[in-house]
Amino acid sequence: MELTDENKKVLVEPLVENNPITLQVLGICSALAVTSQLSTALIMSLALTTVTAFSSAGIAFIRNHVPSSIRIIAQMVIIASLVIVVDQLLKAFAYEISKQLSVFVGLIITNCIVMGRAEAYAMKNPPWESFLDGIGNGLGYSLILVTVAVIRELFGSGKLLGIDVFPLIKDGGWYVPNGLLLLPPSAFFLIGLIIWAVRTWKPKQVEKADFSIQPAHGVVHGEAH
Amino acid sequence: MEAYINLFIKSVFIENMALSFFLGMCTFIAVSKKIETAVGLGIAVVIVQTLTVPANNLIYTYLLKEDALTWAGIQGVDLSFIALMACIGVIAAIVQILEMVLDRFFPALYNALGIFLPLITVNCAILAGSLFMIERDYNFKESVVYGIGSGFGWALAITAMAGVREKLKYSDVPPGLRGLGITFITAGLMALGFMAFSGIQL
Repeated sequence: MELTDENKKVLVEPLVENNPITLQVLGICSALAVTSQLSTALIMSLALTTVTAFSSAGIAFIRNHVPSSIRIIAQMVIIASLVIVVDQLLKAFAYEISKQLSVFVGLIITNCIVMGRAEAYAMKNPPWESFLDGIGNGLGYSLILVTVAVIRELFGSGKLLGIDVFPLIKDGGWYVPNGLLLLPPSAFFLIGLIIWAVRTWKPKQVEKADFSIQPAHGVVHGEAH
Repeated sequence: MEAYINLFIKSVFIENMALSFFLGMCTFIAVSKKIETAVGLGIAVVIVQTLTVPANNLIYTYLLKEDALTWAGIQGVDLSFIALMACIGVIAAIVQILEMVLDRFFPALYNALGIFLPLITVNCAILAGSLFMIERDYNFKESVVYGIGSGFGWALAITAMAGVREKLKYSDVPPGLRGLGITFITAGLMALGFMAFSGIQL
């Protein structure tokens, strides 16, 4: 059960190289909705990473015993049970935050990261590797979530985890909060910009254009007026 | 009556599933490249949402809610923790049944919607519709209106998005932003537009 090089790759690759949000386009719904505060984003990341890791491991355990025609239902039952456990735990120990997250904890069931990793990885690999793959993808998701949440909370309300970082002007400080960052559209802009940054850093991820602009002949030969 | 119209408007525009709650985003981004497919998926979502939200409402009210089993002579049972599992089960079952019914009686519609129906089981907008219904304690009539409204709002958003993206592919976008990146920013601008509806009340 030690971490071999292969296992490390499984764990680290989803962070940037193969990030579930920016490259695989999975699990975006909750990534946008819970990021107006850092605390909700952290709890959500923790919940999703736990569910992905344990559901991948569980599904990998039974992968050779489930007929492929009913595999989706079997996966759903495992995932839904884990989500119910997480939901009840949150209600018991972090009631305030579970109220703020409202339906989004329940929506982990239909989060495509969980299903996606179950289908793409856990059905073909042994439990320990699947567990690591689940953690890796959960961390990749968390990385984006926390980045967006830090920007939104810090610049939107001048706080981090509820503690004042930038004193606001209305309390006699100097910072004018940017209200747009607390509104839903800002999450779209931030993720768009993060994707841009990641793809500038790793040009391999850039998508092909459907149509490209042909250079005009005159310009190519230096005969333009 | 007015309250229902108000709820409808609210669920279509002000609390748009896709653009203000970010639900069903994965399919929203993945299937919005062409208007035709977007409309097909949109119609499928409206149908499934209209069926599942009221169905889950009945199941929740008469089976799962605290003391809901009183009609069967069982008191003091609270099964609401199992609502998550029940909702997703009902959704999966209804989608499956709908697929078989369409295949048997409306083959033309089945061929048009066929590929989208299985996708809908894992569309978070559908599950969220039922969960919001439970959280906000809608009664049966309200749940019907909410089901239609939220489904229609989602369909409207994805159709509009597809319209924008069909034009967008001719534009010269910076390499890193191409594809997914610019799609997010477009969705953000649309969400900003939809925010203009907030505060509207009848």
